[in-house]
Amino acid sequence: MLFTLAAAISILAVALICVFLFANGLPAMFQIGIPEFLLGTTWKPGSDMYGIFPMIVGSIYVTAGAILVGVPAGILTAIYLSRFAGSRVASVLRPGIELLAGIPSVVYGFFGLMVLVPFIRATMPGRGLSLLAASMLLGIMILPTVITVAKNALDAVPKSYYEGALALGATRERAVFRILVPAAFSGIMAAVVLGVGRAIGETMAVVMVAGNQPVMPNSIFEGVRTMTANIVMEMGYAADLHRGALIATGVVLFVFIMLISLLFSAIKKRGEER
Amino acid sequence: MMQEIKQDARIAPSLPVISETKMGVEELDLFYGEFQALKDVTLDFPKNEVTALIGPSGCGKSTLLKALNRMNDLVDGCRVDGLVSLDGDDIYRDVPVNDLRRRVGMVFQQPNPFPMSIYDNIAFGPRTHGIKGKAELDVIVEQSLRDAAIWDEVKDRLKKSALGLSGGQQQRLCIARALAVQPEVLLLDESTSALDPISTAKIEDLVVEFASKYTVIMVTHNMLQALRVSTKTAFFLLGEMVEAGDTDELFTHPKDSRTADYVSGRFG
Ligand SMILES: Nc1ncnc2c1ncn2[C@@H]1O[C@H](COP(=O)(O)OP(=O)(O)OP(=O)(O)O)[C@@H](O)[C@H]1O
Ligand SMILES: [Mg+2]
Repeated sequence: MLFTLAAAISILAVALICVFLFANGLPAMFQIGIPEFLLGTTWKPGSDMYGIFPMIVGSIYVTAGAILVGVPAGILTAIYLSRFAGSRVASVLRPGIELLAGIPSVVYGFFGLMVLVPFIRATMPGRGLSLLAASMLLGIMILPTVITVAKNALDAVPKSYYEGALALGATRERAVFRILVPAAFSGIMAAVVLGVGRAIGETMAVVMVAGNQPVMPNSIFEGVRTMTANIVMEMGYAADLHRGALIATGVVLFVFIMLISLLFSAIKKRGEER
Repeated sequence: MMQEIKQDARIAPSLPVISETKMGVEELDLFYGEFQALKDVTLDFPKNEVTALIGPSGCGKSTLLKALNRMNDLVDGCRVDGLVSLDGDDIYRDVPVNDLRRRVGMVFQQPNPFPMSIYDNIAFGPRTHGIKGKAELDVIVEQSLRDAAIWDEVKDRLKKSALGLSGGQQQRLCIARALAVQPEVLLLDESTSALDPISTAKIEDLVVEFASKYTVIMVTHNMLQALRVSTKTAFFLLGEMVEAGDTDELFTHPKDSRTADYVSGRFG
């Protein structure tokens, strides 16, 4: 009974958020025109121009960059923790990773602003506040998610596979990359998808380092604005159609997240079937 | 050839049996941390014969087997003292470990096929050792599966997952996988204990055949199995090797009373 109630509350919350988003966002979207809204490249609330294409692209670029940075490092760390690290190293690394997961995103943002951005400004073209900075920072932020989920997947692979490969004369590396990783593939993909979800929804840290110009970036050294940044930066003062357009941005973001979680459950289901 | 010498030896037991040693351990001590799992073990494994290791649970049979292909390296805190040799070379010093494991194959107690196709399971080993050509791999895969007496059962489903096979088939697949890298020695750790009597009989027949090509060292809890397939038997108790010798001799006229008690089923 208590469980049913608890479950009902979370479902109710999701339903309410859905209703709120769609009820407020869809009318604005229709008023602007769906193609103009989704594919328009000019965002000028002052002249009633609400094209969020640069922000959609921004979110995708930043997320892709985060994946490029975070996923290889995360998976290699997971492999290291799962098979190579001695218990002493693991006992230092594991709490470190947990701590990484617990750091508030504004603190990450600070780190990005004080360390990453000046570094990029000093060594590369542009002002530092950039797609690159956001990608690198998000890449670090998704590490704990990727590491934890991928490590669980790797740990779940029977030890006998690994031993069987070694017993045939395979090196540890070959046993890991040819037997262990393929056996854990669906779990590792799930780790990537969760990382994507975390990256695309992240707001605070991105706002602090991404530059936030609502235009299509031409290089990784230019600033970008993500959908989340768009909402959080303008919500405070927006009214009427502007406000509706921001909520409609939330609708688009929501659809993205929904697709990601569908993908996640599809991968998980496939993994269980195998 | 070996067989003849052996039979001659039985007719005239006073003549020493001339058999070449393939692997040997000398004064081997093995520790898991503080715990000593093998105590001063000295034992020869004659070439192209089947040697059985018997003894009650926990006496160190698997430990000895894993010392022969260095699978104990995976165990944290495992330490080995003494000599383990393959064709006279010290395997802990003079043989690269991946070479060693290719030459000394192992089949585990539980069948452990990789979660991939039957074909890829067999091809994994040869690929590991640099064989890439499809035609060459095809030949190796077929030959290995034939040698493990499972070709007829799987030849139409080579691309299907190996996990869909029965336990007995999986174990023969694992034997085929071990054979595919052309080992010189085969280590079998209770490789039939998880199987039904028919699968067990099939594998026993294989092991007897293997003796002409490979040096086989098998751990078994089944006295009759040791009698059926091995020519030499070593009996272990609490990490010590109590007695080793000709299988028939050890079972019918054990020299040590502890061996006599064990083989007659009085303990263990
Ligand atoms: N990884 C390990 N760490 C610590 N001790 C171990 C380890 N593996 C085995 N031992 C100990 O070493 C001794 C010998 O173990 P081993 O597995 O060789 O026995 P066994 O003769 O194969 O027994 P069984 O017939 O049950 O398979 C046992 O006392 C066991 O508890
Ligand atoms: Mg054992």
